[in-house]
Amino acid sequence: MLKVKDLHASISGKEILKGLSLEVNEGEVHAIMGPNGSGKSTLSMVLAGNPAYEVTGGSAEFMGKDLLSLPPETRSHEGLFLGFQYPVEIPGVSMVNFMRAAVNAKRKYLGLPPMSATEFLKMMREKREVVELDNKLASRSVNEGFSGGEKKRNEIFQMAVLEPKLAILDETDSGLDIDALRIVAEGVNKLKTAKNATIVITHYQRLLDYIKPDFVHILYKGKIVKSGGPDLALELEERGYDWIKED
Amino acid sequence: MNKALQQYLTLYSENKDLICSKSAPGFNVWREQAYRNLLAEGLPKHGSENYEITDLAEMLAPDFGLNIARIPLDVNPADSFKCGLPHLSSALFFMLNDMWGESKGARNVLPEGVEIGPLSRYMQPAGEATEFYGKIADLLNPIVALNTMLVQEGLFLKVKKGMKVERPIQLVNIIEAMIPLMAVRRILLIVEEGAEIKLLSCDHSNSREKTSASLTVTEIFAAKGSRVEFYDMEENGSLSNRLSTLYLRQEEDSHAVVESFTLHNGMTRNEFHCEFAGRGSSLKLYGLGIEDHHNLLDNYSRIAHNAGDCHTDELFKYIVEDEGRGAFTGRIYVAPGAAKTEAYQSNRNLVTSDRARMFSKPQLEIYNDDVKCSHGSATGQLDPMQLFYMRQRGLSDDEARLLLKQAFMADVIQGVSLDLLRDRLHNLVERRFIGQDLSCSDCEVCPK
Repeated sequence: MLKVKDLHASISGKEILKGLSLEVNEGEVHAIMGPNGSGKSTLSMVLAGNPAYEVTGGSAEFMGKDLLSLPPETRSHEGLFLGFQYPVEIPGVSMVNFMRAAVNAKRKYLGLPPMSATEFLKMMREKREVVELDNKLASRSVNEGFSGGEKKRNEIFQMAVLEPKLAILDETDSGLDIDALRIVAEGVNKLKTAKNATIVITHYQRLLDYIKPDFVHILYKGKIVKSGGPDLALELEERGYDWIKED
Repeated sequence: MNKALQQYLTLYSENKDLICSKSAPGFNVWREQAYRNLLAEGLPKHGSENYEITDLAEMLAPDFGLNIARIPLDVNPADSFKCGLPHLSSALFFMLNDMWGESKGARNVLPEGVEIGPLSRYMQPAGEATEFYGKIADLLNPIVALNTMLVQEGLFLKVKKGMKVERPIQLVNIIEAMIPLMAVRRILLIVEEGAEIKLLSCDHSNSREKTSASLTVTEIFAAKGSRVEFYDMEENGSLSNRLSTLYLRQEEDSHAVVESFTLHNGMTRNEFHCEFAGRGSSLKLYGLGIEDHHNLLDNYSRIAHNAGDCHTDELFKYIVEDEGRGAFTGRIYVAPGAAKTEAYQSNRNLVTSDRARMFSKPQLEIYNDDVKCSHGSATGQLDPMQLFYMRQRGLSDDEARLLLKQAFMADVIQGVSLDLLRDRLHNLVERRFIGQDLSCSDCEVCPK
């Protein structure tokens, strides 16, 4: 599904990713862990196509297409979803209008007619239940005045609506209390199928108690320096990142 | 003497008798004083205070024709004009250029207690308008003086004591001419004690090839306990020059809403001169401007808190694109005696291209300690992170920009109290941003 090879990327002339390789297949859950500044968020931004980042080398293939040549919206239509570490507030744009525009843009890309208002509202209702999102939040401006937990739940709600093939969840656990963490993680698990895949980017092992990864990768200084099974996360939790730095 | 102004002074001095004979005595008694003021003061220089951006001489320079002989146009606007704001008003009136448009067939259900008609009718000796006309408009203001010297017609609207008119009255001003033409109009709105009225005024110039100008002075008298809402919308062609100057005086416990929407224009100078003359009153002064191509919008406002315990809420927002220019000057003045004043002024702007320009001059002038006042101005670009977030969810760059620009204007539109007008404005702004031409699409006045 996703094949990243020797990816180099920089922002404002500073190289952050220095030859990162990663392969993700259908049905897999990957966790990417690493200390602050190792390039975790840069990886998610580059894969999603944030124009502020410059790819300086390497390749990324997604669903057989050259991911890096596609504009962000096409990556989205092809099934790539990024759950933001800091979901952006968009005052004046209601969640409902935003999601309707997003859903219909994807349908247009896929050659489908726009969804009817009734169908759309019915779908919104169903998807809201995945993360127990309040009806009121859906009628408010995108993320405006949402609490930290509501913002993250809203990310998973959007993921539920867009049904991506690959979801990259960037520090979805940051700023969440235990209850919110559980709701968000359960939401992610409910959306899991044998056909889609998830990359969970996190700082702490805690989230991985709820979302069980098949693979754990350790990102350090812009490269994946170690990969392993779920045990690797536990080892990290126990020994900290210094052990990686020393190696 | 500036050449641009000289042509109007000459026109007046050579055609005084004709101008007066085709007008009403109430207008005529003011003309000489206006002429003398203009002769003495000339036009303010481009670059002088409050005229930093607008060059009045440039706006008035074209050799505009004026219909001083009052040759009627053979058009029934009610038959042919389809406004972009249908089904809003209880009564629809037209000014064709600066002539009162006989709207035959328009189904005007005039609410009780409302006196409305061509201003000249009320400017006969001892006419109802004569005691108000020119009372608050400042004849030292060159635009007011020019208007007063030349004006022959306008709209008169009086709402009698205690009358509450729910549905808005709409005035549509159309400029339609085969030659470069200047329309000189006057609006006189008198809202008596405890009365309520909503007036919607729309400017349309249809010409794409011909330069045109409109020179409008509006005087609004809001008596004690009255409520007045005045919505002014401009949908002019890019070759039109608009000079619009509004004076508002509010007596005690009166509430006013003045909103100005500049959707399409060429060069525009709007002035808002508002005064609180009695305690316990409020004013909401909102403006919205969308400037692109080489267009210019200059909004000037002065709000005088001459009485205490009054509340001002002022908000102007611009989106400036291409090589458009926007300018905002806002001054809130609080007199020494105006304790317990609350006045908030805000100007926020989006500039979307390197060559677009925005000029902002927010000002407070306060002579009392017991007040709550603020002013602020912010000019910026669309937030790249918001754009990326929306594109990540699948919206194209264009769609994302459109939604963000609409969202930026949302709070100004939200200030409109009329549901229908508010919905309609959202729609008009959206169509404006996606490049649909508003001015002509729904209107059949001019031959296509």
